[in-house]
Amino acid sequence: MNDYLFYPGCSMESSAKAYYDSLMEIAEPLGINLKEIEDWNCCGATEYVGINLIPAYSLIARNLALAAKMNNGTKTVVAPCSACYLNLAKADYYMAERPALGEKVNQALEAGGLHYVPGTLDIRHILDVIINDIGLDVLKSKVVKPLKGLRVAPYLGCMVPRPDYYHRWSDPEHPIELEEVLKAIGAEVVDFPRATACCGGHMTQIGPETAYELIRRLISSAEKYKADIMVTVCPMCQMNIDAYQAETNRHFGTHYHMPIVFFTQLIGLALGFPPEKLGFGTEITSTKEALARIGVEVPEAVEEGAPRRKKEEGLPMPPRLLKNVKGKPRNAEEAEQ
Amino acid sequence: MPQADTQSFRTALIQEEDLSLLEEVSMKTAGVSHLEMCIQCGSCGGSCPPAEEMDHTPRMLFAMLRAGMRDAVLQSNTPWICVSCYHCVVRCPQNVHITDVMYTLKSMAIRAKKYRDATAPEFSETFVDMVEKYGRSFEFGLATRHYLKHAPLRLVGMSTLGLGMLTKGRMSLTPKRIKGMPQLKAILDKAKELELTS
Repeated sequence: MNDYLFYPGCSMESSAKAYYDSLMEIAEPLGINLKEIEDWNCCGATEYVGINLIPAYSLIARNLALAAKMNNGTKTVVAPCSACYLNLAKADYYMAERPALGEKVNQALEAGGLHYVPGTLDIRHILDVIINDIGLDVLKSKVVKPLKGLRVAPYLGCMVPRPDYYHRWSDPEHPIELEEVLKAIGAEVVDFPRATACCGGHMTQIGPETAYELIRRLISSAEKYKADIMVTVCPMCQMNIDAYQAETNRHFGTHYHMPIVFFTQLIGLALGFPPEKLGFGTEITSTKEALARIGVEVPEAVEEGAPRRKKEEGLPMPPRLLKNVKGKPRNAEEAEQ
Repeated sequence: MPQADTQSFRTALIQEEDLSLLEEVSMKTAGVSHLEMCIQCGSCGGSCPPAEEMDHTPRMLFAMLRAGMRDAVLQSNTPWICVSCYHCVVRCPQNVHITDVMYTLKSMAIRAKKYRDATAPEFSETFVDMVEKYGRSFEFGLATRHYLKHAPLRLVGMSTLGLGMLTKGRMSLTPKRIKGMPQLKAILDKAKELELTS
């Protein structure tokens, strides 16, 4: 067993419960022992740092100080959420790079009886742990049900491979780690060019039209490369692609249907866990059709909005109304993307 | 880039009266921003997914910073459109921490009340309110408060989604509060008295 300090992050308790559930299932067979940081707090996401710097970094650093106090024989903190991972890593890195920041943050922490020496902890993402500590060979050896025939688009998103101050990833824009894990569990990985493109982040809340365009680029690209499903490591990416897909379709008059799940959910299937233990069925954009390809039956997810038309020739319609059909570019600009 | 080069670059090319804004932003940014090292190559704007919606590309904004155009910079929507994807950061040949500079500009715009659209700043403030109250984020409270104020019509369209999130156990109606709230509050209260000054 490898021991780790675990920072789940707020999403894992709510919108990304499927990520949490599936990670908890696969941890034991993979030999990952996660000890939750006691009484951890929110990392501030991308919001606090845009308001007030020292409080934002002090909020993050409380978690680092609490983790450093924990005694389970390890100094490695694992975070599954991309924003949490980056915030924790950045606080540790910047407190050392900019001693003035480190001093102020520690002044604040001391008001709560805490202290953190930057560099004490190793902040890592769960994907990095699975690849580099557990290893692809061990992962492969645990696979009892290879996901043969499932075409997956590996979607790593932004905040795990970038800015990567610790040089943990193979490339900041075209990293191969997620692809390698998905190949190890027998999935057919499509050559997804938007693997680290942005999902829109918090723009789904504050500037939806900006977000819809970024979501459209992602799902249209995944569909063009004939992926059955997208696979992510990030709660925000999952939420935006999954829950805002119907809004995106309404906005553009498109009919995309591109489910997205967490990579730990697919690892769980390959390791032989039943889908209901891995959080399947909690998607807004149903995974039913995609997973039927590998003989997995999942509880039906509720679709938002009107039912999707299956075929473009379903009803006799004048040609001008048929332009927005599923999977086909609507114009030259879209065809290019 | 060695520190000495940064220093000589500053003294050689920048007049003292222009330093204030550029240096202020750089100083208020979390790490070592390298902002004064910008060579105006435009890699940032060319890499930016939502660049077309920005009033100014990051490159242009940094030129404006150097020119001391305080109000124009703080009124620009650019930092609020930034999606924190870090594409520009990894492509910048001068290692400017562009995303972090955008965070600094947001906080400066909020303090100076110069932003032109309140949607984004108030979303951040609502998020922070929840965190300061509970120690964890609270999506249901955040979403309802935000939509009621800024997009009540969207709330109607979103109700199906909200219901889906609730029935699938992906959103809770009640917040989770950490045990160490007094400790967190003491830390944040102290932190609010402190500023980066060197």
